[in-house]
Amino acid sequence: MATLTHHESATAEQLVVTDGARKTFIAIIVTGVVLLIIGILAQVMGWGAAEHSEAAGHAAAAHGAAHEEGSSVLVKRVLVSLWHSNLFFLGVSTVGTVFMAINYVAYAGWSVMVKRISEALSAWVIPGGVIMLIVFLVGRHDIFHWTHEGIMDKGSPNYDAIIAGKSGFLNLPFYLIRTIIYIGIWAYFSWKLRQLSLQEDLNGGTVWFHKSINASALFLVLYAVTSSMSAWDWVMSVDTHWFSTMFGWYVFASWWVSGIAAIALTAIFLKQAGYLRALNASHIHDLGKLMFGFSIFWTYVWFSQFMLIWYANLPEEAVYFNQRLGGFEGRYTFLFFFNIAINFVFPFLGLMTRDAKRQMIIMKIVAIAILCGHWSDFYLMLMPGTLRGDNGFLIEIGIAAIFLGAFLILFTRRLASASLVPVNHPFLDESIHHTT
Amino acid sequence: MTKRFALGIFEDEDVLLHAVENVRAAGVKIHDVFSPYPVHGIDDALGIERSRLPIAAFFFGMTGLAFALWMQIYMLGFDWPMIIGGKPHISLPAFVPVAFELTVFFTCHGMAITFFTITGLYPRFKVPVMDVRATDDKFVMAIELDETSSQFPRLTQLLRENGASEVNQKEMTNN
Repeated sequence: MATLTHHESATAEQLVVTDGARKTFIAIIVTGVVLLIIGILAQVMGWGAAEHSEAAGHAAAAHGAAHEEGSSVLVKRVLVSLWHSNLFFLGVSTVGTVFMAINYVAYAGWSVMVKRISEALSAWVIPGGVIMLIVFLVGRHDIFHWTHEGIMDKGSPNYDAIIAGKSGFLNLPFYLIRTIIYIGIWAYFSWKLRQLSLQEDLNGGTVWFHKSINASALFLVLYAVTSSMSAWDWVMSVDTHWFSTMFGWYVFASWWVSGIAAIALTAIFLKQAGYLRALNASHIHDLGKLMFGFSIFWTYVWFSQFMLIWYANLPEEAVYFNQRLGGFEGRYTFLFFFNIAINFVFPFLGLMTRDAKRQMIIMKIVAIAILCGHWSDFYLMLMPGTLRGDNGFLIEIGIAAIFLGAFLILFTRRLASASLVPVNHPFLDESIHHTT
Repeated sequence: MTKRFALGIFEDEDVLLHAVENVRAAGVKIHDVFSPYPVHGIDDALGIERSRLPIAAFFFGMTGLAFALWMQIYMLGFDWPMIIGGKPHISLPAFVPVAFELTVFFTCHGMAITFFTITGLYPRFKVPVMDVRATDDKFVMAIELDETSSQFPRLTQLLRENGASEVNQKEMTNN
């Protein structure tokens, strides 16, 4: 028990990324490449093709005049899974800055111990944003129905009146401007807060803290809008005919709980490697509470969206869940229920007791489950609308592993580039003595 | 039944926390500590076991969930079936909001009632108070004395040494 007058000295801690860790990251990337190659081979050689063509036939029948355009299934799968994994990692990366901003605005002291982790998470925002733009420019026809040639053109055989009605929002220049604005805002504020934090390390004083609060408040307002709108643009517009007013929150909840799981997981790994000496069970406990609470929040949003659509049963809305619950020969049915089990039931029961939230091993397992679960949640958001019956897992998991490896390299590099403890943060002492 | 207590009055929470540790280290059993606001770390210093209230809460919640599901399934499925929105009479997604609300309702009411019953803090006319200043700006440490109060002088010295500004004796009638 640490009483309030018991002082530990908080000193700067420098993370050293060992060669072993670097090799692990490279190994993750190599594994991803191998899986990707196997997946591509499987697709090209047509392993399991019988089942495949039947499903594709069904999909075509179900959707009548599906506007098939351009690329082969293989190219489509690669592009869509690039979009999918990048979306997930970009979101998690941004949540690092959001988490920090919320803690600044709330004058929270306990989280100072994990602040550098959330700063470092945002190292992926710029690379992720660039990949996002490139994938959109290269592969938009394979991901977004509304970008097809002539779809908003009344004379064209591809004409789709519903999509044409959305042309005021879903048109190429405006879409690109929006995407650049979202990524620009996220990148600027993650850079800005990082700079203020590093300045604070060097110079001390509370002036950096107050500047950070101002920047955070502004960022949170902008993020509230951009996160929601990016969810419409990047995810919901995949199912162009369909719409849901809950969708912005749904995507945000998914990113947010994954980001917190990533912060908790990193904190535990660092602690077990001998870093973050002042991190105690109470910090882990609080991160556990957030993971627990926001898993429930995600479920709440997910269910609110589901129940309204299920109850009203309007064809244009219900098709979204039709596809996922039993469509395409039931390809997505298992994933649909797995999604609820791993993202709600497992964290809910696993982290319910106080002791569970204070055990590193349980926290680790649940955090990894949440990260995998929300990656597959994004899978479920994107695949039925893009690949329909042609989805698979090898290519997708391979690409996710490549992203993970690259993400970890940048993440750890930024973690190692400054002290793991923000030594001059005014609330550092409070965080060291944090008890719950 | 009448009990006697030695009351050490403290002015400051840090002093109180150290006094609690030292008094317990000297082998004296502390009856309770009264403070105007929650003091961080006092539970650990007093060696109070963790509450078992969460376990009770879990079972209250399960009761609420079971009750809500039973109620809706019985009412809408058997007692008075109605067609709503073309759905089956027993359709679980529609029952989730009510099941959730009743789970919360049973949990919080059950917890509150259990808490007040066990701690004896439920509303009543005559409230036993050790020292009324504990509701204002003083911290009060109560130590139970035996029939003869023989250990009172020794306790007075121990509490004074640990920063008590005064030490009183008080008789409490248990009701």
